[in-house]
Amino acid sequence: MIVRIMGEGQVKLEDAHLTELNKLDDELLAEMENGDDAGFRATLTALLDAVRRFGTPLPDDALEPSELILPSPESTLEEVQELLSDDGLIPG
Amino acid sequence: MSGVMKRMGMIFRAKANKALDRAEDPRETLDYSYQKQLELLQKVRRGVADVATSRKRLELQLNQLQQQSSKLEDQGRKALALGREDLAREALSRRAALQQQVTDLETQHSTLQGEEEKLTLAAQRLQAKVDAFRTKKETIKATYTAAQAQTRIGEAFSGISEEMGDVGLAIQRAEDKTQQLQARAGAIDELLASGALDDPSGMAKDDIAAELDRLSGGTDVELELQRMKAELAGGSPQQAIEGGTGQGQSQQQPQDTPRLDKQ
Repeated sequence: MIVRIMGEGQVKLEDAHLTELNKLDDELLAEMENGDDAGFRATLTALLDAVRRFGTPLPDDALEPSELILPSPESTLEEVQELLSDDGLIPG
Repeated sequence: MSGVMKRMGMIFRAKANKALDRAEDPRETLDYSYQKQLELLQKVRRGVADVATSRKRLELQLNQLQQQSSKLEDQGRKALALGREDLAREALSRRAALQQQVTDLETQHSTLQGEEEKLTLAAQRLQAKVDAFRTKKETIKATYTAAQAQTRIGEAFSGISEEMGDVGLAIQRAEDKTQQLQARAGAIDELLASGALDDPSGMAKDDIAAELDRLSGGTDVELELQRMKAELAGGSPQQAIEGGTGQGQSQQQPQDTPRLDKQ
């Protein structure tokens, strides 16, 4: 499975790691919905670290669509909330 | 999975599809880039050719020097045979100067040869890269075209879930295919009937042939009719016709046949 960390690039992940990543991902969503800024930051860092640890980076010129996309490490809670709202950060 | 990762992926895919129609056509950009690479490759190849030409020129010069060198050696030998040691010495010293030039040229030659080999290798590598780019470019173009088609399909099925969209699409395709086949069958029938298409069975006739057949069939009937009239009247067919119609129109009016009853 190809995962993109925005601003960093893509990594290839074995499906076996998805269960663990899913837990962190669900936590992140819950913290985001509750507006838990500190929790959000900690979980996002943990999730990105896990993806980097388990994944193999794809070359920059690889042309693979990402199946999953993660916010960049600097993203704030508000930015991600806005991104996931109907219009999102990118208009169109 | 329903967390942030999945939701962001879905949003980005939706946006990418929407953006696709508005973005400039990347296929043209790729073709342009490929063209530039080909030009670069052409330049490298010209460089290889230039170096090879210089190497050839050096080889020619070397040959000439070596010929002169052997000539001087022969002259020295002859001079010595004639007892002219002074001449022989002169010839050999000139030969030594030539030999120095030969050595210098040989060094240059080997340097050029090395350059040429490097350049040839570089040209081959570049060629391979350009070839790889061409393949990749075609793949990207195909993917882009497919993505465009997907976007149009996606738009057509907006409001329906993805799975339903797929099912609906399959049904639509089947319906389209059926309608297409029906339309084709109808068109073929019409074309056969009009004579624009030949019937492979040879049974169908075009409208002109059919009309001619009808007319000639009618003439046969007319002739038969005249013959019978003549028999009945006991005179020539021409007389019978004139007598029968009064105005000689029966040849043009097969529907006059009932007049036979009146006679």
